[in-house]
Amino acid sequence: MLRFILGKFGDLIPTLIGISILSFVLVRLVPGDPVMLMLGERGADPALYEEMKRDMGLDLPMWKQYLNFATDAVQGDLGTSIVSKRPVVQEFFDRFPATLELGVVALIFAILVGIPLGIIAAVKRNSFYDYFLMGGSLLGYSMPIFWWGLVLILIFSVNLGWTPVSGRMTVMYYIEPWTGFMLIDTLTSEVRELDGLAPFWSALSHLILPAIAMGTIPLAVIARMTRSSMLEVLGEDYIRTAKAKGLSRFRTVAVHALRNALIPIVTIVGLMFGSIITGAILTETIFSWPGIGRWLVASINARDYPVIQGGVLFIATMIVLINVLVDLAYAVVNPKMRG
Amino acid sequence: MSDTIALDLIDENEHVPDSFIKEFWNHFKLNKGAVAGLGLIIVFVLIALAAPLLAPYNPTFLQDNALRIPPIWAEGGTWSYPLGTDDVGRDILSRLIHGARISMGIGFAVVILSLTSGLFLGLFAGYYGGKVDRLIMRFIDIVMAFPSILLAITVVSVMGPGISNAIIAVAIVAIPNFTRIVRASVMAERKKQYVMASKTFGASNFRIMIFEILPNCLAPLIVQATLGFSDGILNAAALGFLGLGAQPPTPEWGTMLADARPFIESSPWMVTLPGLCILFSVLGFNLFGDGLRDALDPRLKK
Repeated sequence: MLRFILGKFGDLIPTLIGISILSFVLVRLVPGDPVMLMLGERGADPALYEEMKRDMGLDLPMWKQYLNFATDAVQGDLGTSIVSKRPVVQEFFDRFPATLELGVVALIFAILVGIPLGIIAAVKRNSFYDYFLMGGSLLGYSMPIFWWGLVLILIFSVNLGWTPVSGRMTVMYYIEPWTGFMLIDTLTSEVRELDGLAPFWSALSHLILPAIAMGTIPLAVIARMTRSSMLEVLGEDYIRTAKAKGLSRFRTVAVHALRNALIPIVTIVGLMFGSIITGAILTETIFSWPGIGRWLVASINARDYPVIQGGVLFIATMIVLINVLVDLAYAVVNPKMRG
Repeated sequence: MSDTIALDLIDENEHVPDSFIKEFWNHFKLNKGAVAGLGLIIVFVLIALAAPLLAPYNPTFLQDNALRIPPIWAEGGTWSYPLGTDDVGRDILSRLIHGARISMGIGFAVVILSLTSGLFLGLFAGYYGGKVDRLIMRFIDIVMAFPSILLAITVVSVMGPGISNAIIAVAIVAIPNFTRIVRASVMAERKKQYVMASKTFGASNFRIMIFEILPNCLAPLIVQATLGFSDGILNAAALGFLGLGAQPPTPEWGTMLADARPFIESSPWMVTLPGLCILFSVLGFNLFGDGLRDALDPRLKK
């Protein structure tokens, strides 16, 4: 098993090197001169220009620039943002909790709604419910979430006035970041002494629409996956045994079948991290959510090279690591997978 | 005697199995969702082909005295502009009709580009195996490590915004799917006897790949091509929405949505209509692709 784990992580190294080369090269290809961006008007002075270029290491040959970038990256240094003049890693971790909170709530929503719907569709196979739910899930799967977010705003914020249009928190309250998760930080004793539960409800009401928008596609995928996984399991012998023992239908489905049907569902959820980030980029743009998605889009528009390069590298590395962890978790649950 | 022979022949003709197409259609038509999907696709393709004939106005023409007129079912709507006009007085119906042309074109171009690149990468990886396979699959792993939209945005920011660059970016993102599918089928096929037989006859590797192996991997490839259409339309619209795809005044659905955003409170129809077009065109290809998979995948047949 240890060898299997080491092998999996060993496989990662060339992929990670490839990812770092790709993010390095992509950013070098972006038109525009980073030195000029950094200096602005002052870039007209040739001496200052050359000095800045040397400071940024841009006078070195490409391969040396890459080596510098890679050695720094391994040590946790992804350079400095041109726009904010702050370290990219710090900027990243300032914003990551917002995206993580949104993603986690979106996934919880998707799981809590998707799994029951999938089970209903499987148990009532080929009935009206099944067709209706699976049709609905395909509709959700086809949803352009940048539009879906706007429709949710239109219905719940503009027409009904139930939720705020954008942002993470009402400006009235200042919440000291502690965990970075608004839902937790608003519940600390200091905040509650000062404002009671109002900040928490504000955070929650800001979170609901983007979480629904972001969770819709995962919900559709989870519902479909649950259905097919449940159908497979429901045909197994031990389900017949459970029924023969006289167990209630609910117990048979909810305990015996679901437990075994969950394995592929968990895998799918684990592999969804990449699509969650994709969702974050679009959702955060619509709801002005201060997370990494909106930050990356803004950086690309501002040609903030170190941020694009570092942010892309960071996200890609995380996705690869999570995929390996999912693989490993799968191998732990299912020994047949240990090849 | 001769009569019975003739009868035998007729009898045998009657037992000829249905042609592939007929068998496929018999299976496919049972799936109502898939037929509906095919219907949606046909409608969108027809609109795309006949766009200049169907559209009542020029999609970029600014009607001076007709700013943000609501659609016909809302108060203040007029039959001159059945789906209303936008913030600079362009007829939304005409823009949506021309948008179908753009989105179908984008979908088609994306599928062709990603399909051919993925096809060759997958054929080479699966057929030659070993080092070639490892190299290609490593590249695919790397591309897959990037979230699709993020990679597409980065590629577009390198090449500059615009429809053709958006197509290339979205196609690059779609290559891994095709490569993996082709590679898997080629690996399953290449050890089979018919491939060995062509080798003994001295067929070149290229000939074996294209004329012997490829036709046997077509089913999953067709399914993926259909689903690639919907991904292509969706991702290109997302790029348009972020301002990185088609540029105004092009009547692309995603770009129209981005233009409409500031008017979401006062003129909601400018937001809802283009989104519905994206949703239903994507849904059409997804429904159809799902049905194709069921009809073409022998494992799922009863």
